[in-house]
Amino acid sequence: MTDLNEMQQDIVEEFSVFEDWLDRYNYLIELGNDLPEIDPQYRTNEYLINGCQSKVWLFADLVDGKLEFKADSDAIIVKGIVALLVKVLNGRTPSEILDNELHFIEDIGLRQNLSPTRSNGLLAMVKKMKLYAIAYKAKEQQN
Amino acid sequence: MSFPIDQIRSDFPILQQEVYKKPLIYLDNGATTQKPRVVIDTIRELQELHNSSIHRGIHFLSEQMTGRYEDARETARGFINAKSTNEIIFTSGATGSINAVAFSFGEKYVGAGDEILISEMEHHSNIVPWQMLCERKGASLKVIPFNDQGELVLNELDSLLTERTRIVALTHASNSMGTVNPVKEVIRRAHEKDIPVMLDGAQMVQHGNVDVQELDCDFYVFSSHKIFGPTGSGVLYGKEALLEEIPPYQGGGDMVDQVTFESTSYNTLPFKFEAGTANYVGAIGLAAALDYLKSVGISVLQQYEQKLIDYAWQKLPAIEGLKIYGTSRNRISVFSFLLGDAHPYDAGMILDKMGIAVRTGTHCTQPVMDHFGISGTIRASMVFYNTTDEIDKLAEGIEKTMQMLS
Repeated sequence: MTDLNEMQQDIVEEFSVFEDWLDRYNYLIELGNDLPEIDPQYRTNEYLINGCQSKVWLFADLVDGKLEFKADSDAIIVKGIVALLVKVLNGRTPSEILDNELHFIEDIGLRQNLSPTRSNGLLAMVKKMKLYAIAYKAKEQQN
Repeated sequence: MSFPIDQIRSDFPILQQEVYKKPLIYLDNGATTQKPRVVIDTIRELQELHNSSIHRGIHFLSEQMTGRYEDARETARGFINAKSTNEIIFTSGATGSINAVAFSFGEKYVGAGDEILISEMEHHSNIVPWQMLCERKGASLKVIPFNDQGELVLNELDSLLTERTRIVALTHASNSMGTVNPVKEVIRRAHEKDIPVMLDGAQMVQHGNVDVQELDCDFYVFSSHKIFGPTGSGVLYGKEALLEEIPPYQGGGDMVDQVTFESTSYNTLPFKFEAGTANYVGAIGLAAALDYLKSVGISVLQQYEQKLIDYAWQKLPAIEGLKIYGTSRNRISVFSFLLGDAHPYDAGMILDKMGIAVRTGTHCTQPVMDHFGISGTIRASMVFYNTTDEIDKLAEGIEKTMQMLS
C-alpha cells in the first residue's frame, strides 16, 4: 500500500492539474459519487458530525489492526471531501493515522477556500477520524 | 429618467472587485448590505477628527460629537417619520431592539397566563427573545400561520387576538421568503382590541417607505448594517407614551438622573434607554446611509427594485427544476429557491466559485423550513445596486450548477 505521505503527495499533484475551481469541484463530485454507500444504520445522529451546514456521517471499524472508514454526506461536494479523507486514511493502522500530519487539505487549497463554518466542518471530520484512531489504539493496548 | 445604475454602483467601492478572477456578484444583501463611499468616509472622518464621548464633555470635540449624534437621531426620525426624536432609541441593531422591547415591555405588561402573538415566518431574533420572556413570566407564545405561497393566513387572526394577548410581534417583510406582510391590517385589528404591535423592519426599511405614523405601529425596529450603514448599530422606534411607561432594560451611565445607593431616578426619553457610551460612530454612520438613500430617492429606488423583481420572476421560474419557496407577489427583492434535489450547500459552494455570493441554509428561520419540509434553501437577495445583468449571470450560474450536480 502506498505510504500515507506519498498518497497525500499524489492527491496534491492530481489537484494541481485543475486550473479552475469548478474542475476541482467536478472531481470532488465524482469522488463523492464513487464513495460506497454507507449502511443505513450509520446514517443516524449517533454518527453525525456537527459544525457543518450539510450533514456528515462517519463510522470506523478496526479490521486486522487497520481502520476502515465508512462515511456519507447529504451534500455531494462535502461527500467528495470526505471521500478524499477516507481514501487517504483507509487501511491504515491507528498509529499511522495519529503520527502523520494531514497536510494535503491545506496544499490543495480546500481549507483556505472554504469559509470558517465550512472549514470547521472539515476540521471536525479530521478530528473525528483521529478520535477513532485514538480509541482503537487504546483498545489494542488493553488487549 | 432612467435609473443611474452605473453611478450608483461606483458609489460602492466593494462592488468593483473580482473574486476568484470573476466580477463579484453580491446577492447576499439580506444578510448585510454594502456601504457607499459616503458612509465609509463619514466613519473615517469621525475617527480621525472628531472622536469624543458624547453627552458629558465640556470640551470642543465632545460638544461637536454630541451635536452630530443628536443630528443623526433627527435624521432617523425623519426617515421613518416618527413624531419626535424622543421616540428614536439607538441600539446595537434589530436584534438588540427586539430584546429591549421584549424585556422592557414584558416587565411592565406581561404576566403569567398572558400571550404573545408572533408569526410562523419570523426570524429567530423575533422568536427567541419572546420565548425567553414567556419562560420568565409563565406566558405563552401564539403563532399566526402562513400558507404555501408564504403569505400570512389572517382568517383566524381575530381568534388569535385574545383578551390575554399582550403584544403582537410581526416581521414587516420575510427574510427567507421575501413576502411583505399586510401589517396595516394586522395593526388595525390588534388595535381594535387595544393590543400594541411591534414590527420587525430589518428586511423592509432598505426597500421602501416606512412611515411609522401612517402604519400606526407601536414599536418599529431595524438594523443599520442592512440599510447600507455600519454594523453594530440600529434603531428602536416606540410611541412616546409607551416608552414613557416601560422601564429601561439596561442600567448604566447616561440613562440616569440622580443616583444614590438608596435609589436612582432615570433620565428622560430617549436617553433612558441608552445606557453607557453610545455607539455614536454607528449612529452617525447610519444617518449618512439614510441621507444617501434620500439623495438617490426612495421612490426611485423602489421602482428600480420592482424592475429587478419582475425580471427575476421571468428568469428564475423558467429554469427547469428550480422551485421558489415564497411566491407572494407582494414582495421585496428576495428569492429563496432549491435546484431539483441538489443540496443548497453544494449549489452555494459552486455559485461562490463563479463569483456569485448567495446565502444557503435556514436563514435563521427554521420554522419556515419546517413548514415546507426542507432543510434549507438558496437565497438571492437584491438591492438597488444589483442589475438585470447580474440576474442573467445568476440564471446562467444556476444552469451550470444544476448540470454539475445532476
